[in-house]
Amino acid sequence: MMKTRTDEEDYWNSSKYKAFTFDDEDDELSRLQESKRAVNSIRGLVDDEDNDEDDVERVSWSGEPVGSISWSVKETAASNQRTDRDPTPFPRISTDVANVSRSHSGYSLSSLFKGKMKGANFQSFTDSLTDSSVRLYAPELRKPKSEYKDLVGDWSPEETVHRMQQGKVVSLEKFRSLHDKLLLLDFSVSAHDGNVITAILIYLKRTLSKEVLFRELESRQTALRHFIHYLTETRDQKLLLDLLRSLGRTEDTVLLQYKEHLNISDANKRRDFLKSCVSLPFSADDLAHVQDHFTLLDRQIIMEATDGKNEREGKVEIFHKFPRKAPILNMPLIPTLHYSCLYHYSEAQETFSSPLSLRHTFKISEKQFFVTALAARVKLKAWSDVDALFRSRNWLGFTRKKAPLGFHRVVDVLHKNSAPAQVLQEYVALVDDADLRISLAHKHKCHDIVINTYRDLKDRQLLLGYREKVESGSAAQKKIDELLENPQIRWKN
Amino acid sequence: MAHSARRDSPKLPDFSLLKRLAKDQLVYLLEQLPGKKDLFIEADLMSQLDRIANVSTLKQHEVDKLYKVEYKPIVSTSDQLCFLIRPRIKTVKWICDVANADKAAGRFRRYKIIFTPQKFYACESVLEEQGLFGDVTTDEWAFYLLPLDDDIISMELPEFFRDNFLAGDQRWVRTAGSTLHLLHSIYGPFSKIYGIGRCSKMVYESWREQVEEEETKARQSEIGNVFLIDRDVDFVTPLCSQVVYEGLVDDIFKIKCGCVGFGTDATSDKNVKVMLNSQDKVFNEIRNEHFSNVFGLLSQKARNLQTAYDKRRGMDIKQMKTFVSEELKGLKQEHRLLSLHISASETIMKKKTKQDFQEMLKTEHSLLEGFEIRECISFIEEHIIRLVSMIESLRLLCLLSITENGLLPKDYRSLKAQFLQSYGVEHLLTFANLKQLGLLVEQQPGETLTAMESKVGKLVNDKTAGKLTDAFSSLAKKSNFRALSRKLNLVPKSDEEYNLRVPPDMAYIFSGAYVPLSCKLIEQVLERDGWSGLEEVTRLLNGHEFSVTGNNGADLRANNDAPRIVVVMFLGGCTFSEISALRFLGKEKGYKFIVVTTAITNSSRLLEALLENHTRPVNT
Repeated sequence: MMKTRTDEEDYWNSSKYKAFTFDDEDDELSRLQESKRAVNSIRGLVDDEDNDEDDVERVSWSGEPVGSISWSVKETAASNQRTDRDPTPFPRISTDVANVSRSHSGYSLSSLFKGKMKGANFQSFTDSLTDSSVRLYAPELRKPKSEYKDLVGDWSPEETVHRMQQGKVVSLEKFRSLHDKLLLLDFSVSAHDGNVITAILIYLKRTLSKEVLFRELESRQTALRHFIHYLTETRDQKLLLDLLRSLGRTEDTVLLQYKEHLNISDANKRRDFLKSCVSLPFSADDLAHVQDHFTLLDRQIIMEATDGKNEREGKVEIFHKFPRKAPILNMPLIPTLHYSCLYHYSEAQETFSSPLSLRHTFKISEKQFFVTALAARVKLKAWSDVDALFRSRNWLGFTRKKAPLGFHRVVDVLHKNSAPAQVLQEYVALVDDADLRISLAHKHKCHDIVINTYRDLKDRQLLLGYREKVESGSAAQKKIDELLENPQIRWKN
Repeated sequence: MAHSARRDSPKLPDFSLLKRLAKDQLVYLLEQLPGKKDLFIEADLMSQLDRIANVSTLKQHEVDKLYKVEYKPIVSTSDQLCFLIRPRIKTVKWICDVANADKAAGRFRRYKIIFTPQKFYACESVLEEQGLFGDVTTDEWAFYLLPLDDDIISMELPEFFRDNFLAGDQRWVRTAGSTLHLLHSIYGPFSKIYGIGRCSKMVYESWREQVEEEETKARQSEIGNVFLIDRDVDFVTPLCSQVVYEGLVDDIFKIKCGCVGFGTDATSDKNVKVMLNSQDKVFNEIRNEHFSNVFGLLSQKARNLQTAYDKRRGMDIKQMKTFVSEELKGLKQEHRLLSLHISASETIMKKKTKQDFQEMLKTEHSLLEGFEIRECISFIEEHIIRLVSMIESLRLLCLLSITENGLLPKDYRSLKAQFLQSYGVEHLLTFANLKQLGLLVEQQPGETLTAMESKVGKLVNDKTAGKLTDAFSSLAKKSNFRALSRKLNLVPKSDEEYNLRVPPDMAYIFSGAYVPLSCKLIEQVLERDGWSGLEEVTRLLNGHEFSVTGNNGADLRANNDAPRIVVVMFLGGCTFSEISALRFLGKEKGYKFIVVTTAITNSSRLLEALLENHTRPVNT
């Protein structure tokens, strides 16, 4: 065990090429090694069997040394074994589903299953040659002539699909009529093997015009979905768009077009692309969102030009005091509003970068605006702005503060933006629900609120309990002591 | 669990064999490539490879240097390059770029791709297109099953979920069939198979065909029953916050291949990697516990440990010697594990109190109960506005949609708009995906459409039906959660106090608020030995249920545990909470469940797989 470990270390460190970066903690590979160490050390404690890692002879689970000839022969043989013995007694179940269409051939679905296995039963050595465990370079070239027949052999579409499922060599070239091609496709679909379905689709794509292929796929939902997935994976955007258009799937088509913007990194190009998206036939709701996407990026580009310059020149104090974390480009709307509340709060509505302008242009709701502005102003400790946010809701009233959402939420926003205890206390006191208020007061250590609430409840026990929690000798403790000694309070316990 | 297991609980088969098998195959494949070679490994295969082999294994078979596949030009000097990858077109394209760059530079090397668990024709056709078929040879490493624990086996194929359910690509159906086949040939023959879901049916068929192709020997069966279930039968369960210890650890620290990195805040040392399985005695006792019990159990253990250490006092030399040689090592190990889990629990507490976790749970429970929906909606809205985690917002939206059978059009529009404003308009694509899966949909006005759909579906021919199905797809996937919940009694009455210490049912994994639908189905079907009496339930689940018996001649009565050993195969992933629920069920009913899953999932993995706002993450 120890030896193995040092070996490993030597190995890793002596590697000349820097395949791994050990200094980078985030590197997957260094984690791999770390994990290996952790695992090894644990394994040593729990499982001693694995310690003979270094034994020369490897034994397979059947007891034969791995790599021995008998082992490999068995391996090969096992994967080819097919006999005529009783098939499993498990019954077939219908996996037919609504959108799996029947082939246009004369075959009924049941005939797909009949008579299988016959003829394909004796898998001679031919098959073992092409089998995975002994696959050779370009197997076709190495095949003796006598076996040539097998390659272009007279496999029916069904047999062909079956052989493909087993990973055996087949030739699809002989299926030239549309009828045969579609049979092939339909058999593959009823075999539920996506790998084979896709393989046949690749062949059909190569040998059929797209008009014919699209037409036939329209009534074959399963095959169609495989084809769409294949085109997505191979990034054949053009053909995919053609396909979706020909199927009349407008929504998918426009979304796919819109998705392209993610691949454009240059902000100006992306903006222009988004502008062109606005003319696509989106649904009314989505169109509004895409329009907003364009407008927002357009505005961000303008903002970035000014702010980036101001930041570099260091003339505007706010950028100096609170350096920007990143350029504003491509941020969603609410983070953009947050940014604007940080850096452009007092600007007039006519200015593009002002919060008011954003609010107006994008029809930001009162709640959204309030929460975002609150967070930003608290972060900057601009308390007069914070007060104003609440006041503006109710400036005719006296002192009562109002917010478009619960005060427990306000407290949360304040807390997340590191407001000081005093400020927190002020807002915790405004929480309506008594239980919620008390638990928030506990959480944020607003002693006065807790103490006053317990006093109002006339709950001596709770007050005594809280006395243990506050710092000894603190003002809060003094206050509790005074209350406990106050003869005028009639405690309920 | 607070109560003890039934004494006659059957023993689990030994799955370490599967690791051995995978390792032997890998060794064999490497031996097919004599001479020194550099090995490139796909990033998300690393952890799995780690579980079955290590560097010295590879080194012994003349692997010179190891690299991670990074989709960049390579710097290897070796004349032989071997690539161990998943069958993905993107990776094969990259390998073609490498080989073609060598060709252009007049450099000769040999290239070998080992696909795992299998190769796809689409990948080979890339080789062909790039003019490299033959120059780059390929092979398969049939590494289907990784035992993560005594009772959990994972296929480690997180992409199964998206490929199968979102893209409708059945490429993994045969893989899953082969997986079942492998279990069948080593631990079978199975005698009874139940299932529900389209994919389950196909996997069953694929397995049956593979079994028919080979010789059957009469063997002593170790696994009697199999239950196959599609993930889309139950989306509610994986979308709920996990509150059982193992699930919480997964939600917060992300368990990968049975291994977890407790971050810097959990332990004093930086990022410790720990294996989490039944070998960890401390973990084994708390993994299935509701989090509220965990602290108590841990402190009890800490006290016991202290007592054991304290025994040393007053020992004479001889006693001390025995103590050191016999007990100390175990105590030290327990000590280490205990402090690990205590600090992990602390981190969990901190993280969960930082967010408004209580309120979140309350919202979830209200949604499950169908109670105070307006309040839930405004909680979700404020969650979105406050820019709290995007995935959490999405999770709550989906829960709302499934439990309510879709959102009212006005709510849908408003929440979607605010979501896009908070997290980016490109999530239009995410919403399209969620709609397609039926996870987040808009209610259609009235029930007329549904009625019409079912009528039309029966009358028209396939071609039109295909189109219609497409048009109505969101309707066809109606979740009917409320009705199912009533039928199966999934939400226990809330007026009674729920005993989390000695729980009465599986609902304990969600604090007594909800019995996981997936596990409830399993319980019911095993109890009834089939689906009879559950007709209404299967109708609400859109059918595709089956129950088949095989007559395999194996004598099951002869002192055999097999009938009580049940493999539950989750197609599309399962959560640790579901595994805990099944362990509970097993103890109650005297079964042993073996969970076979395409991958371990949780709400964030499930939803992240459906995002479309950036290039799809290759990793879990």
